[in-house]
Amino acid sequence: MELLKKIMMDKLAAISLSIVAVTIVVGIFAPLFAPHDPYEVHMELRYASPSWEYLLGNDHLGRCVLSRLIYGIRPSVLWVLAALALSVGIGAILGFIAGYFRGKTDAILMRICDVMLSFPGYVMTLALIGVLGVGFENILLAFILSKWAWFARVIRTAVMQYAESEYVKYAKAIGVSNMKIMVKHIVPVSFSDIVVVASSSFGAMILQISGFSFLGLGIQAPHAEWGMMLNEAREVMFSRPELMLAPGLTIIIVVMALNFVSDALQVALDPKLMSSQNKSYRNATTSAGKLQGKEVA
Amino acid sequence: MDHLLEVSNLKIWDSSTGKVIVPNSSFHVKQGSCLAIVGESGSGKSVTCKAVMKLNKAGIRQAGDILFKGENLSDLSEKDMRKKRGKQLCMILQNGMRAFDPSCVVGTHFLQMLAVHFDWSRDEMTTKLKHAMECVMLKEPLAVMNQYPHQLSGGMLQRLMIALAIVLEPDIIIADEPTTALDTISQYEVVEQFIRLRERMGCSMIFVSHDLGVVKKIADEVLVMKDGIIVEKGTTRAIFSGAQHEYTRYLVSTKLALSHHFEQIMGGVSVAER
Amino acid sequence: MGLYIVRKVCLTVPLLMVISFLTFILNNLSPMDPAEVVLQAQGVPVITDELIAQTRAELGMDQPFLIRYFQWLMACLQLDFGDSYITGEPVWSLLGPAFLNTLKLTLVSIIVIIGLSIALGVICALKEGGLLDKSVRGVSFFLTAMPSYLLAGLMTWYFSVKLDLLPTSGMDSYRSYLLPVTVIAVSYVGIYFRIVRSSMLSNLNEDYVLYGRACGLPEKTITLHILRNSLQVAISVFGMAIPVLLGSTVVVESVFAWPGLGTLSVKSILSRDFPMIQAYVLILAVAFVLFNTFSDMMNAALNPKLRKDL
Repeated sequence: MELLKKIMMDKLAAISLSIVAVTIVVGIFAPLFAPHDPYEVHMELRYASPSWEYLLGNDHLGRCVLSRLIYGIRPSVLWVLAALALSVGIGAILGFIAGYFRGKTDAILMRICDVMLSFPGYVMTLALIGVLGVGFENILLAFILSKWAWFARVIRTAVMQYAESEYVKYAKAIGVSNMKIMVKHIVPVSFSDIVVVASSSFGAMILQISGFSFLGLGIQAPHAEWGMMLNEAREVMFSRPELMLAPGLTIIIVVMALNFVSDALQVALDPKLMSSQNKSYRNATTSAGKLQGKEVA
Repeated sequence: MDHLLEVSNLKIWDSSTGKVIVPNSSFHVKQGSCLAIVGESGSGKSVTCKAVMKLNKAGIRQAGDILFKGENLSDLSEKDMRKKRGKQLCMILQNGMRAFDPSCVVGTHFLQMLAVHFDWSRDEMTTKLKHAMECVMLKEPLAVMNQYPHQLSGGMLQRLMIALAIVLEPDIIIADEPTTALDTISQYEVVEQFIRLRERMGCSMIFVSHDLGVVKKIADEVLVMKDGIIVEKGTTRAIFSGAQHEYTRYLVSTKLALSHHFEQIMGGVSVAER
Repeated sequence: MGLYIVRKVCLTVPLLMVISFLTFILNNLSPMDPAEVVLQAQGVPVITDELIAQTRAELGMDQPFLIRYFQWLMACLQLDFGDSYITGEPVWSLLGPAFLNTLKLTLVSIIVIIGLSIALGVICALKEGGLLDKSVRGVSFFLTAMPSYLLAGLMTWYFSVKLDLLPTSGMDSYRSYLLPVTVIAVSYVGIYFRIVRSSMLSNLNEDYVLYGRACGLPEKTITLHILRNSLQVAISVFGMAIPVLLGSTVVVESVFAWPGLGTLSVKSILSRDFPMIQAYVLILAVAFVLFNTFSDMMNAALNPKLRKDL
């Protein structure tokens, strides 16, 4: 709650957070919010302009664009969020183990990460799709498999910093068990780092996954997904460029909102950030994070 | 002209937040004397020093008169000011480790700085630097000049800055907490060098510190700052024996309490009073 | 410095071995039998077990795993990546030219990106908080949220269709470069310029800048010192940008029908042409590692502190 209050102090961040929240809620309860069936074909309404009945008009099969956008939240945002959570989860567990126990475990885990990270993200994903076959689930799987190493790296660094702090050393010295130290002293403090890292790559990941769908490697017709809607719109780009507007703007707005929220979260979780010295350090790490994310955008 | 530097009604504030850092300061430095500015961190000591050099960050504004040798520095253009910096007003920073570009050998700095102020040949510069470095007890000066800052110790870098001051022969040296970042042994060496520097060149000095032991040893006059306000000024002797302001008395007494405690433990050795 | 290079290279070789091994395994992970894929692709009407066994022998798949790996590795080192399952042509004859085309696109883009990011980053840092700084940052924030395919689509629509100025696709003349390079540059400059800017800013606050000024050094000399130090960060990032770009031009290539690696890889994935996918992954991973090593070396040459650490 404290955190929420802090974020709400910043107007831009508050608006962004509400956009994200509304998107997620609408996505979960898509059938309640969508005015029409997103798969219902009306050949007589092909490329119809917006009307009161169909607020954002109709696409090349006369389907309701607004409903498709709303249903598109599921693969474009919710599933991406799930994939992100999973790969952050794997990364966090391994990062904790490596950063806390150090030594051989750390060395082996980090070498594995080195190898994983030596494949450029895009190539890794393409390779896995190549092996597993085209499909949305495979893209998500490929993402989880190619992203965890990077999260493990970042989280390990954060954990290491706390594991070497005086109070942890003290806890060790008085014989508190490793498990207890981790749960009580390291997880809570490094949680904010994890949230920051995860949120900062969320936006980029949405862009990337919609990019794959755009290429036709992801979700298959007739399912609605923002990237694929843009792909469909592209085919009639020369005659009806306005069809690109709705899905395009939706992606831009959601990703921008996510980026703002992530920046605000960072500030809210770490007041130290305001001091200049930390700021430059943080800037460096987060831009590196955005970079890693962008690699695939 | 008795006063080398005369600062009057100096006001420093942060233009972005409107916060006033130093409301109204006036002080002066006599020809050949050393003025110490003491006070806790955040009391405006550093900002005051930088204001004299006109080197505060862009967001920090200053007003008031700074008369140096009868010339008002506040009216000088940036270009004229630059000619004065280094040649006439020389600054020595707190952290030697960070005062040099980490990706150049320290020699490059010195040659660049000397080249700005003098028309000496490279050989001349090296000879003078070598001599100055020997003065501050740096062995193998040529080897030191070819080292990167991270290869040298904090005390060595501090003495390098003093050596540069020796070559530049400024009228006034402004030392901003030059001993704070050092361990006790290096502190001792650096303070010794400052004392010898004054003896050798007879230049004036502003010495910022919160170490009263060092101040007592080096300063002729002391100026006590608290929250941007000068609460007391006077000769070193007067400040240490009979301070008027409560805050000064508090500072002096904590210092004395510390060294008394130290003496008790060590059996009365007078190291702490150094 | 010599020692540093030797050490770095020694670390790279085992990494390359592991990468090649993983790439080889990739092929074997596939749920489909490669022999079956080949037969299907060649349009054989009835696939019998006998035929499969025969094809397996032809492809050398009846040999032990490790022997196959080493045979494959040796062949790869001579740029022999096998034949495409689909067309039957040698993989390199298709991949080689495509790689060259992608490399051309990447290099032109990277030059634009580096030039623009350094220029914008330096100017914005020196005039921090000014109108230019604020507007550049605002626009870059917007552009990073823009999917590159959307930007590509909008630009083709405007410049090629509406104004009819530039070609929409292919790679015919220097004019073909304009649109793809712009799209790539726009999506990356936003990130890279911020890195240059923030590293310039953190350097501007360093004590050595203050000391330099306090000693009367001219602003020009000081700016050079700042540049030298802030570009260290930028150079390592830019060094990595080349391989990153090589691997991520897929979307842009496919929108503009650029005859490069991206287009080829998507085509191969859709048709499950494993030797092509394998070679694509291997080439890019190796390029990625080599460029990274190279940028580490560049960094070490510029930053003496790093050299000591490793």
